[in-house]
Amino acid sequence: MSMQGFQMDLVSEHRLSEMTPVEKVRFIIDEVKSGKILVLEKGLSPEEEASLIEMTMRLIEPDGFSGIEMQSYPSEVDTSFIGKLLKKNTLKTRLTVIGSADQLKTLKKDRNMISALISINK
Amino acid sequence: MGVIRNFKRNFSDIFKKLFKKQNARIGIYGPPNAGKTTLANRILRDWTGDAMGSVSHIAHETRRARRREGVTIKTNGSSITLDIIDTPGLATKIDFHEFMAQGMDEAESKRRAKEATEGVIEAVKWLENLDGVILVMDATEDPFTQVNVTVIGNMEARSLPLLIVANKVDLPEASPATIRDAFPQHPMVSISALEGKNIDTFYEELAKRFG
Repeated sequence: MSMQGFQMDLVSEHRLSEMTPVEKVRFIIDEVKSGKILVLEKGLSPEEEASLIEMTMRLIEPDGFSGIEMQSYPSEVDTSFIGKLLKKNTLKTRLTVIGSADQLKTLKKDRNMISALISINK
Repeated sequence: MGVIRNFKRNFSDIFKKLFKKQNARIGIYGPPNAGKTTLANRILRDWTGDAMGSVSHIAHETRRARRREGVTIKTNGSSITLDIIDTPGLATKIDFHEFMAQGMDEAESKRRAKEATEGVIEAVKWLENLDGVILVMDATEDPFTQVNVTVIGNMEARSLPLLIVANKVDLPEASPATIRDAFPQHPMVSISALEGKNIDTFYEELAKRFG
């Protein structure tokens, strides 16, 4: 009996850090459009999240790809002495889950918990 | 004498153009149907006697960013002049079937969905050209949406000021405290943009954050 389901890829911080922002967005879109659910260990920077939203909008088609469901925990501002000294915010990004909008649905989210439903009937 | 006067005037114009302080550009952001255009209209009606755009209960009514320059807001004896940008609602997905469910025909729904995607792209682009953001949240909804998280992250990464507006507090199910608890690191003001409730406090906060 064949096993039905979906593929979930857990992507390490190291794997993403080897990519440029453009490569990250392209990688995520390609994987999600192929039906995978991605869990990014350290998420994306806020700028990369915005780029991902922009790219997603460019690829939406009627009766085809309708977008993504993305959920990340709010990032935390680094309040270290060096950060304050440089007067530049460094954000600690956090775990993020991404899938196509017709496959992944967020049930509940708060600062430290994401509860999602994954449909196997795409 | 006329030549000297003209020279003086031209020199003065050039000097003003070179050293004129630009108004802070403040974007009104938020998810669709949070009340962004209602708030933009409230601000403009209060301070210019004009309006920004039409509002609707159907999502993505605003599909192009609208800018109004030089809006002067006076509060507590001081005044600030801002350029206000009302942006289309941000979203990570747009399905034309949702417009059909609101009674639109298929062709109209597809057209609106396409325009809505373009509007989101425009709103994302504007993020890079702002001096601050008013993030409007519907106080009857869960505040931990991805759109809110992404906008707040972008402002924090750029060290730009942010004012959270918990809108729709005229509704009995509104819970501005939930928004405050979700993002305690940023100032928040509870209002009803529709009814004008608490709008003076909003203007005071606006002047404090962006003045």
